This record gives sequence, C-alpha cells and structure tokens, in this order.
Amino acid sequence: MRTGSSMLNWRAASLALAVVVLAALPTVASAFFINFVMTQTLMMGLAAATIVFLAKYGGMVSLAQFLFFGVAGFMYGNAALEVGSRGLNLGLPPWTAVGFALIVTTVAAFLLGALASRTTGLYYLMLTMVYAVIGYFVFAQVTEISGPSGITSIERPDELAAPVSLYYTALALSVLAYIGFRALGRTAFGLALQGVRDDPVRMASLGFNVPLHRTLAFTLGGFVAGLGGLVNVWWNGQIDPASIGIGPTLVLLIIAVIGGVSYFEGAWLGAFVYVAMFTYLRDLPLVDRIGITEARFNTVIGVVVLLIMVLSPQGLAGIADRFRRRLSDRRRPVAETSDRSEGASHRAQSIDK
Amino acid sequence: MTATRRRLPALVTAAVAAAAVAWVLFLAADTPAGTALDNPGTFMVTALDAVTFAGLLFVAASGFTLIFGLMRTVNMAHGSLFLLAAYVAIGVQQAMLGKTRNIEPSEVSLVDWLVPMLVGATVAALAGMVIQQVFLQWNEGQELRQALITLAITVVLADQMLREFGGLAQRMVWPGSVTHFIEIFGQRYATTRLFMLGVAVVIGVLLWLWLNKTRLGLVVRAGVDDRQMVRGLGINIRVVFAVVFFAGAFLAGVGGVLGASFSGAAPGTDGSWLLNSLVVVIIGGLGSIKGAAAGSLLYGTVVAFSPAYLPTQYSYYAIILTFGLLALVLAVRPYGLYGRPA
Repeated sequence: MRTGSSMLNWRAASLALAVVVLAALPTVASAFFINFVMTQTLMMGLAAATIVFLAKYGGMVSLAQFLFFGVAGFMYGNAALEVGSRGLNLGLPPWTAVGFALIVTTVAAFLLGALASRTTGLYYLMLTMVYAVIGYFVFAQVTEISGPSGITSIERPDELAAPVSLYYTALALSVLAYIGFRALGRTAFGLALQGVRDDPVRMASLGFNVPLHRTLAFTLGGFVAGLGGLVNVWWNGQIDPASIGIGPTLVLLIIAVIGGVSYFEGAWLGAFVYVAMFTYLRDLPLVDRIGITEARFNTVIGVVVLLIMVLSPQGLAGIADRFRRRLSDRRRPVAETSDRSEGASHRAQSIDK
Repeated sequence: MTATRRRLPALVTAAVAAAAVAWVLFLAADTPAGTALDNPGTFMVTALDAVTFAGLLFVAASGFTLIFGLMRTVNMAHGSLFLLAAYVAIGVQQAMLGKTRNIEPSEVSLVDWLVPMLVGATVAALAGMVIQQVFLQWNEGQELRQALITLAITVVLADQMLREFGGLAQRMVWPGSVTHFIEIFGQRYATTRLFMLGVAVVIGVLLWLWLNKTRLGLVVRAGVDDRQMVRGLGINIRVVFAVVFFAGAFLAGVGGVLGASFSGAAPGTDGSWLLNSLVVVIIGGLGSIKGAAAGSLLYGTVVAFSPAYLPTQYSYYAIILTFGLLALVLAVRPYGLYGRPA
C-alpha cells in the first residue's frame, strides 16, 4: 500500500515537473527548437500514445493510428477552405471545421474498429497496416477529397495565429491525453478492456461484449490521434497523401517502439528521440564521412529499432524503468521486490507474447 | 431468429456476389468495358487479367503464408526479399546480355531469363535464411517482437537498396520466345501474362508435390499442426525451420523476378508487394496454401474487374472495392477463408 501511494506521488511529481519545465521552455529555448522540434515531438507523441494505449490496455498493436492523424487533417482542410482546385471546399468557420474533422475521424475509427474487432494479435497488426495503405490510396485517388497533390494553404483558426500557441496546444492536448489514458486504465471500461486483452474467452463468458470493448477503444484511439492530426495540419498548413503513406505510418510505430510500447511516457520520449535525430543527426561532425547523411537516415533509424527489439523490447522507457527499479530495490528489503518484478515481467509479456 | 442473425453475413456476401455478377453481365453499360453480354471479348480479357495477376499474387503470397504456417512468424521483410531478388535478377540479366539499356525481348533467350530468375531467387532465399538464423531463431514464439524485428530490417534494406540500385524504375525483360500477342475474341492479348501464369502454376504444383509427397513436406505439415509434438518425436525442427524459411524467401524471390518482368522494380515495390501478400493471406487465411490460392484469385479478380467495370467517372474508386472485399471476408470469417485462430 505504502509503495503504491509513493509510486503515485512520484509519478504526479515528475509529471508536474515535466509540465512546468515544458511550459517554461519557450522563454529559454530558441524559436526553432520550440516551433520545430518540440511542437513536432508533442504532436507525434500524442499520436504514438494512442498506439501505446491500444497495445497496453487492449493488446491491439495498431498501424492505423497515423491514418486517423491524416484523416483529421484532410477533413479539416476540406471543411475550412472556401475555394480551391481540390477538395470539398465546404467553407465552414474554423472551429466548426474542427468539429467536422473530429466527427468524421471518430466515425471512421468506429467503423474500421468494428470491422477489426473480432481479430487479435498479428492479424490486428496486419489488418490495420492494410487500413493504413488503403487509406493512403483513397486520399491519393479520390480527387473529391484530396487527389495526389493534397490540399494546400490551409489556415489555422485566428486564436492560434502565433506559432508558439501551437506548441502550447500540443502540450495541453498531450498532458490531457497522458492523464486521461492513465485514468482510463482504472475505470470500469479500462479494467474490462485489460480483461479482454488477457483472456477474451473468459470475459465473454462473464457477459462482457468483447468486440464492443475493442471497437470503443479503437474509436477513442482514433479520436485522440485525430487531435494530433489537427495540430499537424495547422502546423504544416497543407497535407498530401504521401504524408500518410506507409513510410510515415511505420515511423509512428517506430516512435512507439523506441520509447517503449507499454509506457505512455515512452510515446513522447520516442517522438523526441526521433525528431531530434532527424533534425540534428546531419549536423554532427564527421557523420557525413561515415555515410550517415540525411539520405541514409532510415538505415540509422532501422538499426536503432532493430537493436531495441533485439536487446530490450520495452524501449527507452522500459530501460529507464528497469534502472529506476534497480536503484530503489537496492534501498528496500528483498522480500518486497518479488511482486514488483512480477508486475514488470507481466508488462513485458504484452509485447513478448 | 438467432440462426438468421448468425447467417446474416453469409447471406449479405451471397447477395453482394450475385449483384456483382448481374452488374457485370447485364448492367455495366456505362463502364469502360461495357456489359459482358455486349462485349464478350473485353470480359474474357479482363478475366484473363484477373487469373494471370492472381498467379503472380499466389507466388508472392505462398512464401509468406508458408513461413507463417510453420513458424508463426509474420515476415514483414517479405516485400524486401521480393525487391532484392528483382534487382539482382535485373543485374544478372544485364550482365549476361552485356548491355544495360534498350534490351529488346528478341535478344533475350529463355536461358537469359531463367538463370537470372534462379540467381535472384537464391540470393533472396539466402538473405531470408540469414535473417531467420540471426534475428528470428532465438526468439521463437514472440510473434510481435519478430514482426517488429522484420519491420526494422525492411526499413534498413529499403534504404540500402535505394543506395545500391538507385531510385529509377528498372525492368526485367521477358524472353523473346514468349513475347507475342494472340487474338482472343478480337482482342490482342500479351502471351507474357500467360507465361507468367504458367510459371505460377508450375510453382504451385511443385509446392503441392513437396508438401504432400515428400518426407520433409510431411514433417512441415505436421509442424503446422503441432510443433511441440514434432519436436517430441525427435525431429530437429530447427533445421526444418531453416529450410522452410529458405523456401519461403525463395518464393518471394521468384515472385519478385516475375513482378519485375511484369511491372518493373523501383523503391516502393517492396511495400506494395508486402501489402499485396498481406491482403491475400488476410483474405485466404494465414498459414494455408489453399487459402493463398483462393485469396489470390479473389483479390486478382477485384483488382482486374473494378477499373474495367466501374462507371467511367468512378474508376478512381477501384481501391475501395479491394477494401470492400476485405470487409466482406472478415465479416464472415475473421481469420480468413481457410484460416484458424493462431
């Protein structure tokens, strides 16, 4: 009991500290770091956190999350623009367009989630990968909503005109998602979802509607990924099908894997590592001599993911967690450690299975 | 009441299939192809397109499903092996002919096509076996970890192939002896597609003979049903795993060479053929060769018919029909036509 509450305090304190530091960051860091690196980190982290949410609570590894990220962006563009050669050009007011984009995204997530709700494990991974690629083709080929060159000159709402306001929007959404996802794990729905992950047959025989739980979790994941997608389309000012193709889809999974696919904080950690590598790697001295220029960036990323999957499937957050546990275990009597390492190994199973 | 509810997906599927047949036969007047009764030639050509493309799909997907069936490994690097074999075969063919561009089919003998194909497929098979021995042998049973490992390998291989072979599309040249046109109901039809189907049928027959008539095939089929039992009988299943991975990667390689002759090889081909393999096995059921054949035929049919028989202004929507096929099959059978829960 004592350890449980001290864990909680520790988490709350470090979350509060992180929020204070991130909120104060624009006063000390350069505009490039805030508006490019950190804004991108937060919105990619937000989308990656939905992968973690589905994998951790539902046992569903979804590759479709970046699709919803894109759907929200495309739908906002379609709704907000008044004139243009492509898209629906609905000309809605910006905040109505936000509502429209989120509704379409959520409905799409519900339908696709319902279709996938009876599959699990690898089938889920493959099916959602097919979703992602078909989604790409739909936007690339259906000229009514986008066409190959996408939608350009998308304006963001006037309230968010200052570049730094996007950073704060992404930060606020990220904090909400982090707290919300963690809190959801202790609600009746969250507990049932974790039951479905561990033993769907038993949950079904207890009277739980297993496909419905999976569908609703997927819908929520799609909605939150859509929030990230809105920030993305405001940040970019445009969106095209190539930006939601198979490459970016894998990048999002890679972010979740680097961070640790069963740790929510890992999503943002992985996003930061990815964005920072992508931005600064080519500035390092001598890097161009050994062939790691921008063009070979994917090789570096692939090798990093390969190493993580081979050495520690729990990612960076998992490594940090293990390190912290080892430190605190040293200060505690041995008897207490056994059940905690059991919890850790149980968590590790969610990916080792 | 409940019986009707349970049968509902099957009834819907039957209704959709009947509607599609009726559409193609009588109603598709405003489409690029016209109704099948008015334009039997176009119909025949489209049907041949469907079957020949299905042959290529089967070759690519059978290796994927073979590996999964025995080892429960989803080999996300399947598309990379497909593309690797294609590039290697193109390089060998160019070396054999001594020139790199403007190769005419008439200059290419059957040997100039078959030898590059075997070399390319063998390289892919060896690469696949190395991947299996180094990265997949020690973490057997951790399906998701294996899928992510092969995904990372795909990212690395795609980048390295871009460095090695460049970003331009390259093409393997069909042998001149099969490059003709024949007349079908007044329509010209390329015999190379029929040749491709022939190769696929030969591969399929060899695969069937291997799995059903040899001792190793017997062990493989037993391993699909119960790996532990096979191991308990004193069979070294590690060796069997290596051989099956070799065979699966070899099939990916043959598919890659066929694909490179059919539509060329370029960066991105790996991703699209991983997708094609995934769609086929999701429809057919993971791990089942029969399922791969059925899935290839269904998917090939939709791919060939939807651009021809959708109303002209909607032909961009062909991709959505692929998705519709997937949705229908999964609604009736969540694990695919011949699949079983893993």
